[in-house]
Amino acid sequence: MDKRCKDLAEAVDPIKDGARIMIGGFGSSGIPFGLIDALLENGARGLTIIANNAGAGETGIAKLLKEERVAKVICSYPRTPGSIWFEKRYEADEIELEIVPQGTLAERIRAAGAGIGGFLTPTGYGTLLAEGKETRVIDGRGFVMEQPLPADFALLRAEQGDPWGNLRYHGTARNFNPIMATGARHSIAEVRHLSPAPLEPEHVVTPGIFIKSVVEYKVRP
Amino acid sequence: MNHLSDNALAARVARDIPDGSYVNLGIGKPTHVSAHVPEGREVIYHSENGILGVGPTPPDGQEDPEMIDASKRFITAAPGASFFEHSDSFMMMRGGHLDIAVLGAYQVAENGDLANWATLDQKFPPAVGGAMDLVVGVPTIFVMMRHTNRDGSPKLLRKCTYPLTGLGVVNRVYTDLAVLDVTKDGFQLVELTEGNTVADVQSATEATIHT
Repeated sequence: MDKRCKDLAEAVDPIKDGARIMIGGFGSSGIPFGLIDALLENGARGLTIIANNAGAGETGIAKLLKEERVAKVICSYPRTPGSIWFEKRYEADEIELEIVPQGTLAERIRAAGAGIGGFLTPTGYGTLLAEGKETRVIDGRGFVMEQPLPADFALLRAEQGDPWGNLRYHGTARNFNPIMATGARHSIAEVRHLSPAPLEPEHVVTPGIFIKSVVEYKVRP
Repeated sequence: MNHLSDNALAARVARDIPDGSYVNLGIGKPTHVSAHVPEGREVIYHSENGILGVGPTPPDGQEDPEMIDASKRFITAAPGASFFEHSDSFMMMRGGHLDIAVLGAYQVAENGDLANWATLDQKFPPAVGGAMDLVVGVPTIFVMMRHTNRDGSPKLLRKCTYPLTGLGVVNRVYTDLAVLDVTKDGFQLVELTEGNTVADVQSATEATIHT
């Protein structure tokens, strides 16, 4: 089996207008900047982006917002230092925003990947973010029913990958990447080192079954 | 009225963190608590973006862009640290595995309700992050904040006016003026910043302070 793509453009070629795309990363770490740049080149518009943040500065998700490719953002923490393009689009009412508590975002993605049809979480019970959702009280404790959050594509960043799509990560760049790999139908990994030899099975964090394609991108942010 | 400095407030909170605790420090002021933990105590810091065992800031020039905490500051890994993905990280938070979380707040109500993620200003997009998960899952929630807003209006209220983060979740509040426990009767005074009187602190507080 060989899931290697020859370049970033080939890796993002299947992404079309209106796609729902998960993008790994937290802050500036673990973001697949190479794949995002390739997605800009690819030209797809009207995208729904599922990520923790909504980009900062002029790179990554911020660039997609700047270039008016994004219709909707589903995230936990859009407002960060430098998130000017998100704020601009939000204030002008040019994008839709769905705020999800971070742990619920992670668990909804995990549920999509695990074939779980929703779950009860105490997070957000009694708050604005539970409005309109089914709730239940179990042993005196309130829970909110949350639904799985699947996507068409996931763009991921890892430290090392092999032709089978196995991945391992570095430091806190792991974050959402392993669960997003499972939650999307077509997951694409940008890796800093793509080795022709298989990774040591004991070191694999994301098993290759979750990955459709893998491409090398040596640049480190 | 006497006000504790931010540093002194961080040191005061740190005194109440026992040896061997697993602790999550919220973004902003709470991140300074780790610098003040008394000598001889081992406290393991969790950061929601996937590390248990946050170590000190790296020396200049040795920053690793893929080693950051929830405040996006550069960090190192302490001895015994581990890395993990987001659902594991929030399993630790929501599942009751951490001992203490220290959070900032816009408002705290006398029944322990916490508001720290959104204001009533519609211009600003809200940003919840991991706050709602922490408050439902971590058994002890410390709030660390200024006692009043910049304009002098109170932050310790009978009822929060901002959107809530969690219901009845706060255990103790540390401010520049006093330390207060949230009890079934409301705010109970633990201690006053040196030189302050109960009347001083009550005048800066909407809710009743029990002594």
